Amino acid sequence: MASMERKKISKGFWIKLVSVPVLMFFFAYAMVPIYDVLCDLTGFNGKTGTVETEQQYQVDEDRLVTVSFFASTSPGFPVQFAPKETSMEVVPGKFYNTSYIAKNTTDQVIYGQAIPSVAPTDAALHFKKLECFCFVKQGFQPGEEVEMALRFVVEPEMEEWIKDVSLSYNFYKLDS
Amino acid sequence: MSSTTTAAAHDDHHHGPEKGLLRWVKTTNHKDIGTLYLWFSFIMLLVGGAFAMGIRSELLQPGLQLFEPQVFNQLTTMHGLIMVFGAIMPAFVGLANWLIPMMVGAPDMALPRMNNWSFWILPFAGAILLSTFFMEGGAPAFGWTFYAPLSTTFAPDSTDFFIFAVHLLGFSSIMGAINIIATVLNMKAPEMRLMDMPLFVWTWLITSFLLIGAMPVLAGAVTMMLTDRNFGTAFFDATGGGDPVMFQHIFWFFGHPEVYIMILPAFGIISHIIPTFARKPLFGYTSMVYATASIAFLSYIVWAHHMFLTGMPVAGELYFMYATMLIAVPTGVKVFNWVATMWKGSMTFETPMLWALSFVFLFTIGGFSGLMLGIAPADIQYHDTYFVVAHFHYVLVTGALWGIIAAVFYWLPKWTGKMYNERLAKIHFWIATISVNITFFPQHFIGLAGMPRRIPDYALQFADFNYISSIGSFAFGLSFILFTYIIVDCIRNGKPAVARPWESAKGLEWTLAAPVAYHTFDEPPTRAEILAESQHS
Repeated sequence: MASMERKKISKGFWIKLVSVPVLMFFFAYAMVPIYDVLCDLTGFNGKTGTVETEQQYQVDEDRLVTVSFFASTSPGFPVQFAPKETSMEVVPGKFYNTSYIAKNTTDQVIYGQAIPSVAPTDAALHFKKLECFCFVKQGFQPGEEVEMALRFVVEPEMEEWIKDVSLSYNFYKLDS
Repeated sequence: MSSTTTAAAHDDHHHGPEKGLLRWVKTTNHKDIGTLYLWFSFIMLLVGGAFAMGIRSELLQPGLQLFEPQVFNQLTTMHGLIMVFGAIMPAFVGLANWLIPMMVGAPDMALPRMNNWSFWILPFAGAILLSTFFMEGGAPAFGWTFYAPLSTTFAPDSTDFFIFAVHLLGFSSIMGAINIIATVLNMKAPEMRLMDMPLFVWTWLITSFLLIGAMPVLAGAVTMMLTDRNFGTAFFDATGGGDPVMFQHIFWFFGHPEVYIMILPAFGIISHIIPTFARKPLFGYTSMVYATASIAFLSYIVWAHHMFLTGMPVAGELYFMYATMLIAVPTGVKVFNWVATMWKGSMTFETPMLWALSFVFLFTIGGFSGLMLGIAPADIQYHDTYFVVAHFHYVLVTGALWGIIAAVFYWLPKWTGKMYNERLAKIHFWIATISVNITFFPQHFIGLAGMPRRIPDYALQFADFNYISSIGSFAFGLSFILFTYIIVDCIRNGKPAVARPWESAKGLEWTLAAPVAYHTFDEPPTRAEILAESQHS
């Protein structure tokens, strides 16, 4: 019988064939940490960086960049939240202080966390924060109004064509 | 004609198909399962088409006439999902089931029982998906791309049924793909080398690798959605440290290979039909194989061109733009090969050839509008407009669906042993081709003018082109009644067809009797038979 000459399907072939979809399923999950690492490396998606210490940069006093501040809250977060100043002229390489103001209008203790985002994305990599209320979870007592500090620097390595940078925070409610 | 009786002579070793309805439930025969797949996808095509008629009726005139916006969004969502997962993909798997074993000289698929299972999952998945229309809160209304957080935080409860349906559809596709890889690599005639394989087999083999690579990623994405919605994870929820933009990356990492899953088998079909009716061997067989493989590889590394507006560093936009442009090279190789095949050929224009020519012409238009969309700075204007709608309907309707219809007319005499009504089929072709252009061509203009997609109402300035588009779509929809009649008429009353109804057709399937026997190629074809039927020049 000629049909006997057909190839037998080996066990190794099956294992290989079935393992591809299984591996690709877990690859979808592996994309989560890969995505985080890529965002940190590239500033993709406006993720900002941090600096540990007040390091020295080469400062070009003639170069000015406008930084605008924005605030928003996600649905179900009953705290009024706004920047103290809406924009600042900054010299790249120098550290600046500013703050955001939040007022809890309810009679309950509210917890939340702010998530920053910088646009344009090419600026995100060079927008570094030394101190930020967004690093930790915030608690707001009933009726309390707080001023939350932010200390940041725009690194001189940021490309020359970027004249305006916007920093926005979105506040999310946490359960505790 | 001389070689047509070999298979029939062996047929008496076997019992034929079982009698009654259970034949279709229990069948493990690749031809039966191919038929089931094709009828299922045809019904889904009509269902998805009915949704499209609803969409175009609402858009016939500005203002809200027929549907609430929420219902309209359910229609666009379900139209997309049913057409992609219910109509186009199962139709190609059905064609693969019917044709691949015959084309490689195999007696059946490598895994006949799994084959039965991968089909019978589908009607249940389709029913679950469609049942969401009758649930509280309605069907999913977030578009076929189901971006988070629309599909997680803000979606109706029926979304969990949608997720389950996608899981089932994914399982079915992956099993189908594994079966095809095993069949092609292990069951092909011992004397057939890889570079002897017909192009439909080659394109489906490569598509199968796309399927087993991409569909599990979709399964992962919907599983993350499921746990985000019900079990407190936060993959796509910024509150818990997740990121909704990541959903789009995972989705399009699946989504871009997916669009090639839906077009590569059509490339294979066209590469069979054009040489037959041009009466010349396919020009550049080897380059066709390599071009298909290149397209498949590139499809995995271009996904973020769907996301130019999510905020991306310029370097990222440039990379994804250039990588996308690169796909035009192997695709261009294919189009030029088809044209070169016809060059100085003795062409005739039977129905399959008309569909194939229409495919080459109209798919190329869709390819060019795709290039326009791939230009990152231009995409800022085009993104999420009707230009995108026009683009993907040119590649999916006049590309994928045209390939399927061409294949149906080309191989129908082999499957049924009967000829369809050529005159009616040509009339149907012209109605469909003219009306599909009336439907989708004006959508380029309203898209460039700024009409967004997925809206039930629009500004008055878009009224005229929308009116034309809707009228065209009604004609296109009605043309499927004629199509149904032609197919049923062929099965019931068709004149008997000869084994090789197209005089210059090449391929092992044409050496079999018409209608093709229930069991074929018990003995594999010889080297001489394979070479005589190969697509080599």
